[in-house]
Amino acid sequence: MSLHQSKLIRNIWLGIENLLLHKLRSFLTMLGVVFGVGSVVAMLAVGEGASKEAMTQIQKLGSNNIIINSTKSLEDDSSNTQNARINIYGLTYFDNERINDTFPHVKKAAPAKLIRKESRLGAQVLELRIVGTTEAWFELVPREVLAGRVFGEKDVEDFANVAVLTEFGARKLLATKNTIGQPIRIGGNSFIVVGIIKSEEGQAGNLQIPDQQVDAYIPLSTVRKSFGDFFMKRAAGSRIREIVELHQIIVQVDDIEDVEPTAAGIERMLQDFHKKKDYELSVPLALLKQAEATKRTFNIVLGSIASISLLVGGIGIMNIMLASVTERTREIGIRRAIGAKRRQIIIQFLIETVVLSTLGGIVGLAMGILIPAIITYFAGMPTVITAKSIIFPLFISVGIGIVFGLYPAINAARVDPIIALRHE
Amino acid sequence: MGIVRFENIHKIYKMGVEEVKALDGVSLSFEKGSFWAVMGASGSGKSTMMNILGCLDRPTSGQYFLETHDVSKLRDDALSDIRLKYIGFIFQSFNLIPQLTVQKNIELPLYYLGWDAHKSAERARELAERVGLETRLNHRPAELSGGQMQRVAVARSLAADPHIILADEPTGNLDSHTGTQIMELLAKLNTEGTTIIMVTHEPDIAAFAHNRLHMKDGLIDRIEQN
Ligand SMILES: Nc1ncnc2c1ncn2[C@@H]1O[C@H](COP(=O)(O)OP(=O)(O)OP(=O)(O)O)[C@@H](O)[C@H]1O
Ligand SMILES: [Mg+2]
Repeated sequence: MSLHQSKLIRNIWLGIENLLLHKLRSFLTMLGVVFGVGSVVAMLAVGEGASKEAMTQIQKLGSNNIIINSTKSLEDDSSNTQNARINIYGLTYFDNERINDTFPHVKKAAPAKLIRKESRLGAQVLELRIVGTTEAWFELVPREVLAGRVFGEKDVEDFANVAVLTEFGARKLLATKNTIGQPIRIGGNSFIVVGIIKSEEGQAGNLQIPDQQVDAYIPLSTVRKSFGDFFMKRAAGSRIREIVELHQIIVQVDDIEDVEPTAAGIERMLQDFHKKKDYELSVPLALLKQAEATKRTFNIVLGSIASISLLVGGIGIMNIMLASVTERTREIGIRRAIGAKRRQIIIQFLIETVVLSTLGGIVGLAMGILIPAIITYFAGMPTVITAKSIIFPLFISVGIGIVFGLYPAINAARVDPIIALRHE
Repeated sequence: MGIVRFENIHKIYKMGVEEVKALDGVSLSFEKGSFWAVMGASGSGKSTMMNILGCLDRPTSGQYFLETHDVSKLRDDALSDIRLKYIGFIFQSFNLIPQLTVQKNIELPLYYLGWDAHKSAERARELAERVGLETRLNHRPAELSGGQMQRVAVARSLAADPHIILADEPTGNLDSHTGTQIMELLAKLNTEGTTIIMVTHEPDIAAFAHNRLHMKDGLIDRIEQN
């Protein structure tokens, strides 16, 4: 064993010495593999980074969730020429109940009503973006509680005047831990700040995460009682009046397998109860699948480009090794005359090729790690180097050495020593 | 019984329809410890005979025994083994490997015998001393004179302790003074027991051998004793 090992090491050294005799030639021969392996590693890093980014964004949305948003239907918009008209659209309280009651796989549904109200905390006066919802929200959109608590079922039942600030809203209002228990005025009513929770930001596909830019949460029951469903907005010189019961419903399905069938069921149900299409369903899981499909396509396209450059690199190595065999015909003859077996000549040349391609692979690997780092630094694009993306290209470069070195090595072993020794 | 024996060896090269009978039924026996000079006109089959003796080539027909081996029946790998263990070659054009140092060139047979690096280096130094090149171990062949290169070749041919040394015009590329030095080296090896078979055109080189074998048109013409 140890004899075998030391022999291999000596063979490798012999290979390196031979390659060092022609430094420039060896270097140029390596370049093909360098660029091939470099592009494979860089590609894997960029692809992995992109998919990891997509995954975390989708995770924020919840992979078991279905998100339904109210939308103003298109027909509605075009007919909205009279000022006095009131738009009534969107999801209803009834929709929320039906979703909760009819679908066996729905674990929970959290309704959300979006309002903007002038608010005051201490000396800060601001218009806040407020979500009226139930306790289910905090389960479906789980965020770390930074201080105090979130509101519960009882707060919703009791029409409690409690508010939970997001980190985002708290920053605007200059709220701190000490704000817990303090009163906040929202739209003329007084609420008590009971907690502050962490904010997340992000987007997956065209879907924003549910708590994007939300300042505060208050119980849905309280919103209905205090502010009703009627909205009035000023836009482009005209007044827009709207009645929207719910802006969003987040549905959590018990098993990931049931997400898509349940989404289809909900869609059918909403179609039956809504005259216009004034809602839109989004399934983060579908986005996840789409992201995976995109990644696959990306990998296939870049993978084939990388394979072509690896192939070109391999052919370059083979070409040089064939030339090298011809150049060293006499050496081969001498070795054979002394007593080298054909197998030993094959091994000698094969090792030389593998050393060349592996060195190329290592340089390429360094390049493939450096390039994504530069991309991340300058373009802010996330890249990820995994163990797989290091080991795989190294195996490939060893493989290239063997595949493209075999034919030249066999050619070397076929040399007839008598003719080779006469060779000048 | 000789250390090498040819029994009716033919070597025929087919060139299209024409046949060249390089060896045309040669039978001979060389005794262990003998020193032969093979002579004859150009094209008489001397190198062909040496190649078959050295197991580099196979006869078209006939039998060749080397010690106890029936060489004519052996496969390529086995022939490599015989060359490695029994035979040392010395060529007219030295045939050293240019990118290897003197030491590595001398070590070459030991490498294929699987010796470890330390033992090989020791043996190479000892052999270099024997041919008077101990100060040149780290030189490359291109930095040596013809006579020095041939001495390296002699050292290399001795590395694996062969039973027979085959030398095809070993002094052909050397001046007569250097040639004589190489011959003195070979003569000394012969007194130590190595069988030597050497091809030469020069009578004063052939004078170092004990016996002379004259070839003519692929056949043994005559045998003389010195
Ligand atoms: N590979 C070959 N193919 C065809 N003919 C060959 C081959 N090798 C040798 N011959 C022929 O065989 C004959 C003997 O050649 P060989 O090389 O043995 O001569 P030689 O006695 O060594 O001559 P020299 O003194 O010139 O070296 C020659 O006629 C030569 O042309
Ligand atoms: Mg000849």
